[in-house]
Amino acid sequence: MKAKESKREPLFHIVRRDHMPTWNRMLIRVLAVLAALIFCGILMVAIFHIDPFRFYRSMLDGAFKTPRRRWYLLQSMSILLCISLAVTPAFKMRFWNIGAEGQTMVGGLATAAVMFYLGGKIPTPLLFVAMIAAAILSAMIWALIPAVFKARWNTNETLFTLMMNYVAIQLVTFCIGNWVKSGSGILAPMSKYGLPKFGPSDYFPNILTVAVLTVLMFVYLRYSKHGYEISVVGESENTARYIGINVKKVILRTMALSGALCGIAGLLLVGGTNYTVSTSIVDNQGFTAIMVSWLAKFNPIFMILTSFLVAFLQAGTKQVSTDFRINESISDIVTAILLFFIIGCEFFIQYKILFNHRQKGSEQA
Amino acid sequence: MIINFIFSAVRLGMTLLFGSTGETITEKSGHLNLGIPGIMCVGAACGCVSEALYTGAVGQGNANRILAVLIPIVASFLGAAFLGVIYSFLTVTLRANQNVTGLALTTFGVGVANYLIKTVEIIKYSYASSFFTAGFPFAAKLGGFGKLFFSYGIMVYLAIAIALITSFVFNKTRVGLHLRAVGENPATADAAGINVTAYRYLATMIGSGIAGLGGLCYVMDNLNGNWEYVIDAMGWLSIALVIFTVWKPSLGILGSILFGALYIASNYISGTNKALLNMLPYVVTILVLITTSIRNKKEHHPPAGLGLNYYREER
Repeated sequence: MKAKESKREPLFHIVRRDHMPTWNRMLIRVLAVLAALIFCGILMVAIFHIDPFRFYRSMLDGAFKTPRRRWYLLQSMSILLCISLAVTPAFKMRFWNIGAEGQTMVGGLATAAVMFYLGGKIPTPLLFVAMIAAAILSAMIWALIPAVFKARWNTNETLFTLMMNYVAIQLVTFCIGNWVKSGSGILAPMSKYGLPKFGPSDYFPNILTVAVLTVLMFVYLRYSKHGYEISVVGESENTARYIGINVKKVILRTMALSGALCGIAGLLLVGGTNYTVSTSIVDNQGFTAIMVSWLAKFNPIFMILTSFLVAFLQAGTKQVSTDFRINESISDIVTAILLFFIIGCEFFIQYKILFNHRQKGSEQA
Repeated sequence: MIINFIFSAVRLGMTLLFGSTGETITEKSGHLNLGIPGIMCVGAACGCVSEALYTGAVGQGNANRILAVLIPIVASFLGAAFLGVIYSFLTVTLRANQNVTGLALTTFGVGVANYLIKTVEIIKYSYASSFFTAGFPFAAKLGGFGKLFFSYGIMVYLAIAIALITSFVFNKTRVGLHLRAVGENPATADAAGINVTAYRYLATMIGSGIAGLGGLCYVMDNLNGNWEYVIDAMGWLSIALVIFTVWKPSLGILGSILFGALYIASNYISGTNKALLNMLPYVVTILVLITTSIRNKKEHHPPAGLGLNYYREER
């Protein structure tokens, strides 16, 4: 049986590509996005009997129709981008930090705590400094806890950071329970202690902050010594050790940075947008950010595109669900289908399929 | 009260046991499937929808007790296993990153489940919950003892049976040995003539199917046929349980009851703020994670190939 099979040549075999021109890679990814959108259109026709063109139209409307929607799109995109930037240095180091959700939440909680306890008691500029410091420090500590164990005992960081998310959620519930005496579990917005607003929209300060962070992160990863050390540790820890990089130090430093950026995201969410904190404030963006960062191949500039794409899909599908009275879960489904397509298309970038011709002796290379 | 507490802890624990047994099977093959929360949601939704379709076909009064239990179980298993196929296709065939695929699958599963469940009326599946929760008829006569051992619904016994069978297969059969080899070192397993692709596909499908039953168990048994949007939380807890039980399904039976107890403990303790108590399952998991990594015993480690895809050409 086995001998028979080995004589028959397989129909095709798969080879890793040496190199693919950048524009070719981009083309494949754009095709994947288009294919995903067409697939979703077909789904809409098949399941909901919606005219696909009205479906696409409704998505565009939901994202772009009014200036308010456009600003909102930029806002949700920048929060997502901020968290994606946060997870990126850790991922480049092959440290699977899937705790961004919790780190952001803790940063937001610390911001809210400062607003709650110190708001009105100290001068406003000082309050802002305290909010920023609390958000960054608390999220940094939250991120450093798993990093310390990873560096010292090689504790599995994926599962550790995942668990920290749920601890963070309970911590938020606990604090709200203590702060809100009525027992409603909802902390009323503390708008008067919010971060200062300027520019053409309420969201403008958030967007500007994230834009600056994006550039800084790009420079940090691409041109700084730290960034270089991160990529070496990510490629091979043994090489890093051999050339004299202190791997433990790099892990701790990078996770501290990762946590700090999550803290800023939490600060922007609580101090700059909602002025209150709840367990759903991060709204799974911590997990979505992982995909955004990965899709952009950990490049902060590409991340602008990928976070825009995801934010557009979320805004667009929300509109679809109201326009056609489908329940809101359609948003998750469409986002996930798009992700599947992009995740899948990476295969065609990294590998090529060679079909075997039926000639005898055509041995594979 | 103690008996009631243990009774509830076991019921909830078995939901988690399905999830953790399924995830353990998947992880033994080297797949860290973070899609389990989504898979459990889909399992629950497929079970409920199939129940509603069955009821629609025969009418509620004519529903056969056995079919009304069997159909949702099969549908839930198949629906969840289908998500396992998507996961395996992306990670094994297309060699995609496991963490990213898993998280996308969770998003997908939660969305699909929430869509599916709204296509049917709750009355058409919730009635069947009484078939699921019915214990042995003689349980009531045995008092507390009967309540603790014989009064659970069918899903509880099914969960324990599956965990024991899985444990047996892992440790005593050739299939289990091959599966562990695939998860520990796929290249060596491949060299030994084990079909790595087939093992990874099948383990992920079966594991996902079993996890899907957990979702059904949660809705039909724990919630008495009501739909709730926290099924994915059960999924994350199941993943925690896998670590907690150091990849041993037999240990999972005790571990899951402990987790169930920790999860419901806050309902039995009076006090204003219970959030710190609800933290316990996760904190305990973190402590287990830390102690196992510090003690560094080989048998308590995750499978060595966990989270890594296998490319034959790149050995």
